[in-house]
Amino acid sequence: MTNTKKDYQKILGSVQKPVKGEAGKTGTWSSKKPVIDLEKCIPVKSGKESCFNCWLFCPEAVVSRTIPPKIDLVYCKGCGICMEECPVKAISMEEVKIE
Amino acid sequence: MVKVLDIPEEEYIYPGNRACAGCSMALIYRIALKALGPKTIITVPASCLTVLHGMQGFCTTKVSVLHTPFATTGASASGIVASLEDKGLDKDINVVAFAGDGGTVDIGIQALSGAVERGTNFIFACYDNEAYMNTGVQRSGSTPPGAFSTTTPNGKIGYKKNMAKILEAHGVPYVATAISSYPLDLYEKFQKAKGILGPKYLHILAPCPPGWGYEPKDSITIGRLAVQTGFWPLYEIIEGKFILSNDSRRFLNPEKRKPIEEYLKTQKRFKGLSEEDILNYKQYVNAVWEEIKERIENE
Amino acid sequence: MSCKSNFNGGSEDRVTITENSKITSGKKLKIMTGNHAAAQAFRQARVGVVAAYPITPQSPVVEKIAEFISKGKLNARFVKVESEHSALAVCCAASSTGSRVGTATSSHGLMLMYEMLPWAAGNRLPIIINLATRATGAPWSVWTDHQDFITIRDVGWIQLFCENNQEIYDTNIQAFKIAEDPRVYLPVICAYDGYILSHTVMPVLLEDQNELDEFLPPLVHHINLSDLSTVKGIDPVTTPHVRDRGREGSAPGYFEYRYSLQKSLENSIDIVKEVHDAFAKKFGRSYGNGIYKTYLADDAEIIILAMGSVAAQARMAIKSLRENGLKIGLLSLKMFRPYPAKELREFFKEKNMVVVFDRDIGYGYEGVLSYELKSALYGLKSAPYVKGFIVGLGGRDIKTKDLIDGVHKAIAQEKTGVISYHTDFLGLRLNELENYDEEEYFKEVDE
Repeated sequence: MTNTKKDYQKILGSVQKPVKGEAGKTGTWSSKKPVIDLEKCIPVKSGKESCFNCWLFCPEAVVSRTIPPKIDLVYCKGCGICMEECPVKAISMEEVKIE
Repeated sequence: MVKVLDIPEEEYIYPGNRACAGCSMALIYRIALKALGPKTIITVPASCLTVLHGMQGFCTTKVSVLHTPFATTGASASGIVASLEDKGLDKDINVVAFAGDGGTVDIGIQALSGAVERGTNFIFACYDNEAYMNTGVQRSGSTPPGAFSTTTPNGKIGYKKNMAKILEAHGVPYVATAISSYPLDLYEKFQKAKGILGPKYLHILAPCPPGWGYEPKDSITIGRLAVQTGFWPLYEIIEGKFILSNDSRRFLNPEKRKPIEEYLKTQKRFKGLSEEDILNYKQYVNAVWEEIKERIENE
Repeated sequence: MSCKSNFNGGSEDRVTITENSKITSGKKLKIMTGNHAAAQAFRQARVGVVAAYPITPQSPVVEKIAEFISKGKLNARFVKVESEHSALAVCCAASSTGSRVGTATSSHGLMLMYEMLPWAAGNRLPIIINLATRATGAPWSVWTDHQDFITIRDVGWIQLFCENNQEIYDTNIQAFKIAEDPRVYLPVICAYDGYILSHTVMPVLLEDQNELDEFLPPLVHHINLSDLSTVKGIDPVTTPHVRDRGREGSAPGYFEYRYSLQKSLENSIDIVKEVHDAFAKKFGRSYGNGIYKTYLADDAEIIILAMGSVAAQARMAIKSLRENGLKIGLLSLKMFRPYPAKELREFFKEKNMVVVFDRDIGYGYEGVLSYELKSALYGLKSAPYVKGFIVGLGGRDIKTKDLIDGVHKAIAQEKTGVISYHTDFLGLRLNELENYDEEEYFKEVDE
């Protein structure tokens, strides 16, 4: 009878399980990060759930749909789409020090 | 009409993935998964999307994904559907194939055509960045004429394959065009497709910062220009009936369309376009909208 | 322009098994072709998904399976794919979703599937392919040889060969059990000669369904995409390095995955024997030791090594040679991959000579069975003299006389002590060509 407890038999096909930050801290990809001016931001000003363009258009899903929207800078790649899509120009890309 | 707050908050892709900054495909995938929900199995051929899913051991999605060789996306989806049908689980689980333009229009067209002809109950979504981007910007059947690619350095000669028309000719119950820049429209289309039995096809334009030659921050703007110049009409064909999408409706009026140069000049890949090329684009856009007008009038 | 679609999910093949068409129990002896024997095995093994494309000479397998499904005798999904490449892709996807799958093909169909063969092996999917062997072009040929079978020897599949229709049926049943064993999880290809077996009728005993179900329980897979409780990404890009993410765990590199494949393949020799013996015990039919069959080999000094139809023909040659006093026997190789090097070394240790008849050729070198045997015997102190011949390519009839001539030629050559690597083709008919002049054909060109 063959010994079934061999180490190679635990390795079958290449299978993944989900994790956050699979590519590492992608926030390090850019030194420019978005900063939201809360005095201009529409949901902050109105106190109502509205606009949320920055949440909608973020390809990385690092913006939260909250009042105010929060951006996860650990993973934000600094693409600048949120800045472009904000209808009231409340977001600007600022140089930040990368940890 | 879908509004921002109608879109579920739950994310199905973890941040910190390998997609480029400003990647339209990443946005498309994010919105699509929100529409599809957790009871989904995705199949992906060799493409930029393969890379987004991560390397061995650890992936970035909260839904199961089956990676498959380049030419086999349609067949892979057929296989998953067949197995689910055999187990009686096919009504509960969405099977969605996500391929790039290469894996749909060129090498993948046979398997797609076969899967569709067999009536496989799945969604095939092509995210079209108009070249083989994952391997370094080589031209595909979906590259627009005159565009630079590493295999057409003097601009592509030929035309852009109209996959939506090809799928319409297959007689599928649902065909739609969409774009990353109109995510609410995209969400609605995936929702609709989910609820239809049979093969569904979505062709989604995906502007690509490194491949098309522009700053990542302009991905949404450039996509919007594609629609506003009339180059990329958004529509659906449901059971053979043509329906122009809301976001494209006003462009039936040629005066409302922005001049095509506004779209072309934003991208470095069109730098080599001659006056004649631009004229061809103008004529192309006019022809596309003439046809749309005729279809709407004859419905 | 409007097109009405009539899609109901493509489920026109799903037929509920009614009382009338229930699979009845009890053994049944039937006369059938090799192709139909394979189809019957698929039916009784209760495959869940079949995806196949017709190709001569395998098409009747596909047709028979479609007939079973339409009559409600097989409750499977038959995906009528548009090419063999898609066929194996569908099988891989369906297997990854947790179903028992199989397909059938020949020659160019197998060549077209080639991209997916290492994929199935690397993902450790227990897929069964029935191969009705057929010569590969160019030039076009529909007749049998073993080229297509040997061409895929490096991709990581278990490869078995069959000599008669009962063996095709039995091997298929065993193949499912071998492939799905948790110590194995490898795809298996069962081959049989095109036309010679695929289209020739022989008696085949179909086993009782209940007993078969006992022997072959439902598939317990290591991957099941349809189980949504765990999220899995299957078959991503795998780097050369081991990936360590600390608390989140670690994943092997490509090298480790392939090491596992090779070791499991080596390991599977024991399981092939095990399953063969278990089958013999339960159903009363055995095929040598499951790895090879012998004929009059015990006291033989010379052994003929061959596979499939060549082995069958060799038995006639051996009968004749024995009558003339030659101590000769046969080793008919059944398991080609994994290559049973250890078993063959053990067997050939005491023999003086091996005459190998290859119905295939490793172009640029020599017959595959011939050189693989030579490499297996490397270092053996008393290794037998090995002489290989190429026979029967493209369906060229293998005559008993040709094999006998080959044996005599080998004996003569052995006496000279010269080991020749010049490939000997037996059964050439160049001399039947008009104006054939050996001098002309092999003239040196000097400009």
